[in-house]
Amino acid sequence: MGARLFKNFSFFSATLSFFILIGVFSVLFSYAQEALHEFGFDFLYNEVWEADEDDEGGIFGGYVPIIGTLLSTLIAMLIATPLAMGIAIFLTEIATEKMIQPVSVAIELLAAIPSIIYGMWGLFYFAPIVQLTVGGNGVGLLTAGIVLAIMIIPFMAAITRDAMNTTPPVLKESAYSMGATKFEVIKDIVMPYAKGGIIGSIILALGRALGETMAVAFLIGSVMSIPSKITDPTTSIPVLLANNFAEAQDLEMSSMYYLALILFIVSFAIISLAKFYFFRKSII
Amino acid sequence: MNRLLLNKFILILSTLSALVGLGFLFWILITLSYKGISSLHFTTFTKDLVEGGIRNLLVGQFTMALMASTIAIPIGMMAGIYLREYSSNGKLASIIRNLSDVMMSAPSIVIGVFVFAILVDPFRGYNGWAGIVALAIMMIPIIISTTDNMLSLVPKELREAGIALGGSKHKIILQIILKAAKVGITTGVLLSFARIIGETAPLLFTSANNQFFTMDLTEQFPSLTVSIYNLATYPDEASRELAWAASFVLTAIVLCINLLGRYIIRTKK
Amino acid sequence: MKNNNIIMDIKDFDFTYPGADEPSLKNINMPLKRNKITAMIGPSGCGKSTLLRAMNRIHDLYPGNTYKGEINLYSSDGTKQNILTLKKENDFIELRQKVGMIFQKPTPFPMSIFDNVAYGLKLSGIKDKTEIEKRVKEALKDAAVWKETKDRLKKSALGLSGGQQQRLCIARAVALKPEILLFDEPTSALDPISTGAIEELISQLKKEISVMIVTHNMQQASRLSDYTAFMYLGDLIEYDKTNNIFLNPAQKLTEDYITGRFG
Repeated sequence: MGARLFKNFSFFSATLSFFILIGVFSVLFSYAQEALHEFGFDFLYNEVWEADEDDEGGIFGGYVPIIGTLLSTLIAMLIATPLAMGIAIFLTEIATEKMIQPVSVAIELLAAIPSIIYGMWGLFYFAPIVQLTVGGNGVGLLTAGIVLAIMIIPFMAAITRDAMNTTPPVLKESAYSMGATKFEVIKDIVMPYAKGGIIGSIILALGRALGETMAVAFLIGSVMSIPSKITDPTTSIPVLLANNFAEAQDLEMSSMYYLALILFIVSFAIISLAKFYFFRKSII
Repeated sequence: MNRLLLNKFILILSTLSALVGLGFLFWILITLSYKGISSLHFTTFTKDLVEGGIRNLLVGQFTMALMASTIAIPIGMMAGIYLREYSSNGKLASIIRNLSDVMMSAPSIVIGVFVFAILVDPFRGYNGWAGIVALAIMMIPIIISTTDNMLSLVPKELREAGIALGGSKHKIILQIILKAAKVGITTGVLLSFARIIGETAPLLFTSANNQFFTMDLTEQFPSLTVSIYNLATYPDEASRELAWAASFVLTAIVLCINLLGRYIIRTKK
Repeated sequence: MKNNNIIMDIKDFDFTYPGADEPSLKNINMPLKRNKITAMIGPSGCGKSTLLRAMNRIHDLYPGNTYKGEINLYSSDGTKQNILTLKKENDFIELRQKVGMIFQKPTPFPMSIFDNVAYGLKLSGIKDKTEIEKRVKEALKDAAVWKETKDRLKKSALGLSGGQQQRLCIARAVALKPEILLFDEPTSALDPISTGAIEELISQLKKEISVMIVTHNMQQASRLSDYTAFMYLGDLIEYDKTNNIFLNPAQKLTEDYITGRFG
C-alpha cells in the first residue's frame, strides 16, 4: 500500500515539471492571442509602442526591447567570455592547491549575490564611473552590459572549470612530455577535450543574460528608443515587463504576454542547444 | 623564444582575470557593507516599512521563501527519486530531466508573468500565495536536479545490499539511499533556498509588496527585494539609505546560507 | 671517452614527495646503457614509476618535490647535463624533447592522427610542411602503425583501437628523435596481441634510442630487456644484465621476488 502511494507520488512529482512547462507555454500563448492576431510577426520589427488616448488599443511593436535585450547581452558576452575562460584557466592550471579553494568559493559567492544587489551597486557605484570615463548619462546599454557580464562571469567560469577538470591528468602529462608549454597544453589539449562543456557554459550564460531582469532594470535606462550610441539608454524585454506589465491594459497587456512568450521560447531554444552540446562528446 | 613569452602572457592574463573577478566581489561587498552598516539602525529591524524599517519585509520574504520550500522540497525530491530510482535510464526520465533543466533556466520574470495570469488576474489582486507559487516553480527544478545528481552518487552496491536483505523498494529508498545522499541533498536545498530568497522578478507582480505587517497570504505581501527595487529609485535620501540597509541584510543572509551549505558538504564528507 | 656507452647516469639520487617525511627513493645509483633496453621491476609502490618520472622531470608539473643527488644526461652530441639542476621552463621543454615518455594508457590528443604526430615537431619549431609530412610518415612507419593509418591521417586519433593508439603515441614520441624513451607500463591496458606488437616495436627502437621501461610483468622484462633493475620500498636492490637477474640473482630479495614468493 505504502509502496504504491510512494511510487505514484514520485511519478506525479516528476511529471509536474512537464505540466508546468506546458502550462507556461499555453498560458502565455493564449494571453498573447490578441496581440498575435493584431500584429502577427510584424511585432518583431515594429519600433512603435504607443497606447491610444482611451487606453483601449494602440500600436505595439517589440523591436526596441528585443534589440535592447540582444545588444546588452552581446556586450555582456563579449566581456564575460574571455574573463570567464581566464578564471577557469587560472583555477585549473595555475592556482596552487592552497589557492584553489578560497578563489573558487569567492567566485561562487559572486554567483550567489542576488541580481537586485548588482543592480543597486551598479546604479550607485558603477554607472557614475562609466559616465566619467565613457560619457553618457551613466545608465544605458554599456553599463547594463558590463554589470550583466560581471553577473554571468562566475556562472560561466564555474562550468568551464568543471569541464576543464575532466581532462585526464595523464593526457596533459603526455603533452608536457612532448615539450609543450602550459599555454600549449591548455590550447591544444584541455580546450579541445572540454570543448562540449565550454560551449555549453557559454550558451547557458547567454540564456541567463537574455532573461536577467533586476540588474538590467536599474541600469539600462528603461527608455523606449533604439540606442544610437553604446552609452544610450534603451530597454529590454525583462525590464519592460518588470516596469510596465502590471499597469498595462488589454491589447498592451497582450503585447506584453507576446514579449514574455518570445523570451520563453528563445530561452527554451538556447537551453536545448546547450544540452545538445553537453551531450555530444567532444571529438575534434 | 616567443612561445615562452606567449605562454607567460596568457598565464598572466588568466591570473589577472581571476583578480578582476575577486576585485569585483570585494568591491561589491565592501561598498555594500559600508553603505549598509552605516544606514542600519536598531529600529530598522523593529519597525515596518511604513515607519522606515524592514521588520515586515524580512518576515514576509522569509514566509514566502519557507512556504515555497515546503511545497518545492517534497515535490522536487520525489521527482528526483522517481528519475533516479524508478526510471533511471528510461525515455520518460530523460525527457523529464531535459524539461526540468529548461524550467531551471527559464527567465524568472516569465515565471512571474505566468503566475500573474493564473493566480493574480483571475482573483483581481496581488496575493502572497501567488508569490509563493512563483518561488516554488523556480525552486522545484533545482531540487530535482540536486536530488537526481546526489542519488546518482550513491553506490549501486548499497541498493543491491538492501534488496538482498529483502527490503521493499520504497523502504530501501527512504531508509538507506536517502540517508546516504543526505548531506549532498541538504546542501542543494540550502543553496536553492539561498537562491529563491534573493529573487525579485517573480514577486514583482505576484505578491507585489506591502508597507504593513501582515501574515494574510490572500493580501499583497511584504517583500524585502521588491522594496529594495522601489526604495532605490525614490529620490529622497532616507529611502535610499533604507534600500542600502535592506540590501546589506539580504546579501548577508544569502551569503551565510550559501556558505553554510558549502560548509556542511565539506565537513560531512 | 669513458662514458661513451652510458646515456643517463643516476648518482646518489633521493626523491621526496611534497609533505612526505621520508624520501620515496633512497640513494639510487644506476648508470643506464646507451641503445639498450633497461627494465625496472618491483612490487607496486616500490618507486619504479617515481624514478621514471624523475628522469624527464615530469614530477615538476606538481610543485614541492625535493631532489638530491645527480642525474646526468649524456646526449649524443657529446654534452653532459645534470638534469636535476634545471630550473627554467625552456630547459624543461628541451629536456622533455630529449627524454620522451609513454604512459600506461594510450593518450591520443583530441586531434587528427597526423596532427598528433606533427604536434611535437611543430612545438620544436619545425615549420616546413614537407619536412613535417616526411617526419610524420617516417615516425608512423617506425612505430609500425603506418599501414593502418595512412588512409585516415586526417581522421580523429580517438577512433583507433587501444593498441593502435599506443603505437601512435610511440610514433609521436619517436618523431622528435629523442635520446631516451621512458615507458611506464605501456602494455598493461592492452590485449595480448597488441602487447606483442608493442614489444616487437620497442626492441626495434633500441637501434636508434635508449629505452627505459617500467613493468610489473616479469616475463615482459625478461623477454625484452638487456638490463634489469629490481626495486623494493624505494631502494634499488639489484641492477644487472637481465640474464643475471633472472637466472642468477645476487640478492635473496630479488630471487624471492622473481620466483613469485611475494609481490
